[in-house]
This record gives sequence, structure tokens and C-alpha cells, in this order.
Amino acid sequence: MRRLALALAASLVLAAASDRAAAADAQRGQELYESRCGGCHSLDANRVGPAHRGVYGRKAGSAPNFAYSTAVKNSTVVWEDRTLDAWLTNPQAVIPGQRMNFRVALPEDRTDIIAYLRQQSGK
Amino acid sequence: MSQVIDLRRRGLLRASGVTVLSASAVALLAGCEKMAVAQSGNTANDVGILNTALALENEAISAYQIGAQSGLLQKPVLDVAVLFQTHLKEHRDALIATIRKLGGTPVAAKSDAEVAQALNAAALKNQADVLRLAQRLEKGAANAYIGVIPSFGDRALAQVSARLAADEVMHWTVLSQALKDPLPAKALSFGA
Repeated sequence: MRRLALALAASLVLAAASDRAAAADAQRGQELYESRCGGCHSLDANRVGPAHRGVYGRKAGSAPNFAYSTAVKNSTVVWEDRTLDAWLTNPQAVIPGQRMNFRVALPEDRTDIIAYLRQQSGK
Repeated sequence: MSQVIDLRRRGLLRASGVTVLSASAVALLAGCEKMAVAQSGNTANDVGILNTALALENEAISAYQIGAQSGLLQKPVLDVAVLFQTHLKEHRDALIATIRKLGGTPVAAKSDAEVAQALNAAALKNQADVLRLAQRLEKGAANAYIGVIPSFGDRALAQVSARLAADEVMHWTVLSQALKDPLPAKALSFGA
């Protein structure tokens, strides 16, 4: 019974995530990206953080010519919906020792930002 | 010589004796005198956040320098830009002092030329362009400071982050007024 309840809860979480992904708004994601991420990031230039065009589908720590932390450089994480959502929720929980630490609290904001990054990565 | 700084008695003199921080930098750090110096996991992470903030402040200082030297800003806007840059330099100095106090090494600033390229400063053609860039950077900085608050291990540093964000929001508001932008229609337009 307990297993069934857990499985049901897990499927509901997955369904909610899937619904969010389906409802993702890349245009709103652009606005959020520019206001929340734009202090440190640009699509095409390495600034405080690495350039983001092409980040979706890319291995962590692989943007050309950016001086990553050792933790990110050595990570095997690949950026896609699930990993980006976890990263934006709490970067330190995904790659301990990273330097970003910026968190996006609301799931719908994360979903839209990820949709924008995916769009800008041609995926 | 000890690297630990006694803020109250020595006025934030660096161990080298070279730098004396401004009164506002001292005020910014007030309340942080008892922060642990040992590099625990939390402290190392806090130093990482502060170093990212320092990189952000360094970039903005360069952006204001580029704007001030562009010949595109007229008085009194130029004077305001220089004042805001002074605020950012005080942020920078306070961050450097705190990073050192926590046993970290402050990141070096990029050159103005590198920043100009990264921010595509060559596209700036008039005063409004410069103000728009500054406005965008100030909003991004405010949101960055708000967005890292939950990640600080030391709550005193989280409060410092909020105070830094408040300065950036003040800058953003003045720049928005200069650009004659409408006020935000809804509350809570920053962070979240």
C-alpha cells in the first residue's frame, strides 16, 4: 500500500513537471532571463557567468573560454529540462562547489527560462 | 601578521595596511564582525557567492567607466553615473574586505576593454543607450543579490546581500526615471 502511494505521488510529480514543460512560455522566459539572469549572463558573451547560447544539451563546464570552477569543470551533468530545473532550484545541490548559487524559486519561472534557453540553443 | 581584521578597533585596515575602506563600506559590514574565519564548507560557499558578487560589481564599475568616457553622457546625468560608480566601488571594497576576512582570495577584475566587448559597448550611440545598459545591469544585479540570499550559510551575509540589492534598485529607479520609463504596475517586480 505504501509502495502504491509512493508510486502515485511520484507519477503526480512527474505529471505536474510534464504539464509545466508543455505549458512553457519561451517569450516569458526571455523576459525572466533578461531580468534575473542578465546581471551575470549573456547569450553570446562570457561575463560573470558563461555564455548561454547552446547551453541546452551541452555538458556542464564546456562553454568555450570560460574559467569554470573545478567542480563544474569536472561535472558530468548534461543540461536538459530535468538538470536545469534542479540547477535553478539549488545549484549547490546539483554540483557542490559551484560558484553560481543563484536560485529561481518558482517552478513556472524555471520552466519558462529553460524553454527560452532551449529555444536559443536550437533544440 | 594576522589576516583577521578587527573592524571596530582598526577601521577595516587591511593586513597589508594599504587600503582603508570608506565609511559606508564599514557600515555595510557592521554586524559581520563575528563571522567565522575558518574555511568550513558553508564559509567556502559563502566566499564563492561573494566572489561572484565581486565579479558582478567589477563589471558594472567598468560599464560606468565606459559610459562616462564615451562622451555620450551630458551633465547632470554624467554626475549621477559617476556617483553610482562610486557606490559600486564601495560595494567592491566591502566585498573584497569580507572575502579576505573569510580567508578567501578576491577575484581579479577584467579590463575595461574586455568588459566593453562582452557588453557590446560599441553599439552605444547616445545617452539613452548608455542609460539603458546601466539600467539593465542594475536590475540584473539587484535580482542576482536577491537570488543568492537563500544560499548564504551566514545570515548576516544574507542581510548584506539584501542591502546591496537595495542600492542597485535605487540606481535602477533613478535610471528608469531618467529614461522616462513607467513605474512598475505591480508590486514585487524584483526577485521572487
